[in-house]
Amino acid sequence: MPTYEDILAIVTELIKPLAAAGRSIREDTDLVSDLEFDSLKVMNLIEQVEDRFDVSVPLNILPDIRTVRDFTVQLQAILGDN
Amino acid sequence: MAIFDKFQQLAATRRAMAESGIQSINVVMDRVVSATEAVVNGRSLILAGTNNYLGLTFHPECIEAACDATRTLGTGTTGSRVANGSYSTHVQLETELADYFRRRSVIVFSTGYVANLGMLSTLAGAGDVFVIDADCHASIYDGCRLSGAEIIRFRHNDPGDLEKRLRRLGARIENTLIVVEGIYSMLGDRAPLGDIVAVKRRYPGAFLVVDEAHSLGVLGSHGRGMAEEAGVEADVDFIIGTFSKSLGAIGGYCASDHPDLDLIRYANRPYVFTASSSPAIIASTRRALGILSAHPELRQRLWDNARRLYARLQELGYRLGPEPSPIIAVRFAQREQAYALWTALIERGVYVNLVVPPATPDGSSLLRCSASAGHTPDQIATIGNAFADLKRLFGAASA
Ligand SMILES: Cc1ncc(COP(=O)(O)O)c(C=O)c1O
Repeated sequence: MPTYEDILAIVTELIKPLAAAGRSIREDTDLVSDLEFDSLKVMNLIEQVEDRFDVSVPLNILPDIRTVRDFTVQLQAILGDN
Repeated sequence: MAIFDKFQQLAATRRAMAESGIQSINVVMDRVVSATEAVVNGRSLILAGTNNYLGLTFHPECIEAACDATRTLGTGTTGSRVANGSYSTHVQLETELADYFRRRSVIVFSTGYVANLGMLSTLAGAGDVFVIDADCHASIYDGCRLSGAEIIRFRHNDPGDLEKRLRRLGARIENTLIVVEGIYSMLGDRAPLGDIVAVKRRYPGAFLVVDEAHSLGVLGSHGRGMAEEAGVEADVDFIIGTFSKSLGAIGGYCASDHPDLDLIRYANRPYVFTASSSPAIIASTRRALGILSAHPELRQRLWDNARRLYARLQELGYRLGPEPSPIIAVRFAQREQAYALWTALIERGVYVNLVVPPATPDGSSLLRCSASAGHTPDQIATIGNAFADLKRLFGAASA
């Protein structure tokens, strides 16, 4: 089971190429208001995370995700359930 | 955030459209002349974006049936079938649809949207799982959401990705519904249903739902849709569809062999708590279904028109959906290009659908054409000529 830090590192690495150049990505970075992600980018990120961890991320968690931290926490819970 | 603040982005999009002279969401047809012609602002337009695949909206027998039903049964049912009772014609339509699909039973809904909302939200609940194609229609997403079940997307038309997701579900597979469409509404591409069924067979217990909204009357040797075309009807547990496209009316249905389909009717809030279809709609739909079954040449004419228009636009160098289909999507990277061409097409007497993100699958903007059996060869040529004219005018900007 990967730790919170492991997951955070991978999520950050996957977000970077999707964000505008030079944006800093921290745990409290908001995907929509700071990085201006639209729904296509969010779905693209989710697909990459799914492949990387061999897991399916249900759409139902989307309303609970605003920041990089929220996403990491949710992923950790999904990975823990498997 | 105040209640209306969240609509500001929408307001900005609408302002940008208005500045480009775009009125696509406010087009008012002064007169509709036939299945393929209308008058807008005094200008006669060829309708090339209607989903009126078989061109039945003005079929004299459908019109006569609707008028007759209105005279004998009135203009509306004024309530739900559960509260007010069914008219015998509702039941007859369900029987005729069941016979046509060779299924045990059918439930008729007030629209296709309501059919998806009702069936999906009732079939599954908390603890169940939907695995849906990423490009599914909004009504499928909304039905899944209303159910309270878990929703997992698989990559569009990718049976390998579907399989991965089914594998990950383990024992939950028995509580899983896979949902796909026959022909996808935006790009006109078909589901690889044979391959999807092969995956489903490797995961016994999962159910398969196919929305044949755009494939009824369009695919299959009897017009029953993608499942018939792929020879896999026995593997499809629930077929959902609409009367609003090839049948030229409004309404929806679900067909299934499941012995408990009828029970679902009574647990189905979008069925129980909305008024049933008016007698005129039921009557014209029954007639249209009869015509659809008895006249396979309509399907042939539709495909001839679709292939001709697809080939012409492809030859002109437009970027299209991946395969010839009655839905022919002309794709643009920039929405401003789509706005400009949409307006210029209207000026040339051709009406198509303008579709911009987020309603499109890949962030591109679309001029979505739909062919009809009702289009004459001349009309298909005129539509092609208008696009050719724009290629000359806009050149590279139209790619
Ligand atoms: C795939 C799909 N399903 C359902 C619907 C909804 O059909 P209706 O117009 O009957 O509500 C549509 C139509 O837009 C559709 O494209």
